[in-house]
Amino acid sequence: MLRDVVIGQYVPGKSPLHRMNPPLKMILMIAYIAVLFVIKSAAAYALFTVCAVTLIMISGVSVGMILKGIKPILYIVIFTALLNIFMTTGEVMWSASVFGLTLRITKEGVTAGALLTARLIYLVTGTSLLTLTTPPLQLTDGIERLLKPLNKIKVPSHEIAMMMTIAIRFIPTFSEEADKIKKAQTARGADFESGGLIKRARAMTPLLVPLFISAFRRADELAEAMEARCYRGGGNRTKMKEQHITAFDIKAAVIFVLAAVLILLAEFWIEI
Amino acid sequence: MIKAEHVGYIYQKGTPFEHRALYDINLEIADGTLAAVIGHTGSGKSTLIQHFNALIKPTEGRVIIDGTDITNPKTDLRLIRRAVGLVFQYPEHQLFEETVYKDIAFGPATMGLDKAEIDERVRLGARLAGLREEHLQRSPFELSGGQKRRAAIAGVLAMEPKALILDEPTAGLDPKGRDAMLSVIKKLHEENKDMIIIFVSHSMEEVAGIAERVIVMNEGRVEIDGTAEEVFANAERLRRIGLNAPQMALLADKLRAAGYDLPENIYTVEQAAAAVKKLIGGNTGA
Repeated sequence: MLRDVVIGQYVPGKSPLHRMNPPLKMILMIAYIAVLFVIKSAAAYALFTVCAVTLIMISGVSVGMILKGIKPILYIVIFTALLNIFMTTGEVMWSASVFGLTLRITKEGVTAGALLTARLIYLVTGTSLLTLTTPPLQLTDGIERLLKPLNKIKVPSHEIAMMMTIAIRFIPTFSEEADKIKKAQTARGADFESGGLIKRARAMTPLLVPLFISAFRRADELAEAMEARCYRGGGNRTKMKEQHITAFDIKAAVIFVLAAVLILLAEFWIEI
Repeated sequence: MIKAEHVGYIYQKGTPFEHRALYDINLEIADGTLAAVIGHTGSGKSTLIQHFNALIKPTEGRVIIDGTDITNPKTDLRLIRRAVGLVFQYPEHQLFEETVYKDIAFGPATMGLDKAEIDERVRLGARLAGLREEHLQRSPFELSGGQKRRAAIAGVLAMEPKALILDEPTAGLDPKGRDAMLSVIKKLHEENKDMIIIFVSHSMEEVAGIAERVIVMNEGRVEIDGTAEEVFANAERLRRIGLNAPQMALLADKLRAAGYDLPENIYTVEQAAAAVKKLIGGNTGA
């Protein structure tokens, strides 16, 4: 059921992106998004495209996998692009009258639509690159590391990360379980596909009740298992696998920052 | 009759996670057979049996249930699923109604039967699964593990399937629950002469006790297929794929090797006890 969602899926590999320190990777990802939202000019976008494509090629993740990640937002992209193309005022390129409505395509609209499409696609591509190249547990570990300074203002960073870890850990389990229960009820004649909205919602009962029961059962079992091993949350906990910043990470960060500076230069200098 | 012709199955075909679960399976299971499918985890047992009620369709080959090809897009799969009842591993996890009665009635109700007929089916299913009348009005979550599982099986039996397939019906049960489950299966077989019953098992002892036909799976292929006697005669081949002949057969082998004259076909504790008793009786009587 959840197999088509690419964000949160991890593709094992040995690329430089896979080897990077996760907290650093997340900081760079935030920078990537910031740059993406600052740039507006075609020149900057062209440079950004070069960088994004290079990142995908370095990651070793197949293009098909990346495209699959774009699929769920495809309608939003098309919708916003169309809105921009038709609703922006400016120099008219083409116009027609349909059912008394005047449709206009403006030069500014086309540019805005294209840029917005590119922005949305790069946004999803970039963020899915992060999750595609970082194992989920390292990702939550990284989040814990990034939230650590907030401990001073009583933000329970370890607990937040632990909750995320458990949630991520159980996505495949519950997805499998939902699949199994669905199959079992289908074998008993349950029909999840046909009928109107209300009928279909009601048809979910035989799926949801067992799923909730099993979620509570698993939560109980997990809590007990953690208690039995004397788990006591965040205070002074050490890690078996520490995430260190290496020379390689520093090199990667420098390259990344240089690329960002180049893109921003293209944005603010070339136009003038 | 359930028939598999050159059936192959690949999970998540066309993704990096693609893997093959079945290779060229050919089987023909006649009406009235009580068959066991045995094999290691990952040998393809569960994948194979899900083909038999069209929950999954073969990637290659055909599966034919009573003359209907499930790969034919025109086939009404709901009819196939009614004809072949499938009980999954840990079926008690699928219970969801307030009472056992309502849960058993779920299947027949989806078939659009009237109230009187549903009631009749519920009682029939409960009786076949070895549940007592007083269990019906209780919440399924108040029952013991073995009873819960039999309640779930009753839900499938209430649909009056022509074939019943059980995936590891004894997994996780205590010895008492296991024996009760096996005797339910045995009784079902004796009372319904035309019903195909197929069950998946890890344990040679269970299989030896009741199955007429044993299908041994290994790495997605049918390794051995025959009567219990025929299969257990291949002790060496079973060992090679990590399975063992029943303990009593191994014991009888050792006794024979030590010079005791025991008959062939000893697989269960009862058979072994009878043979040993006869041997001792014969010796002391002489």
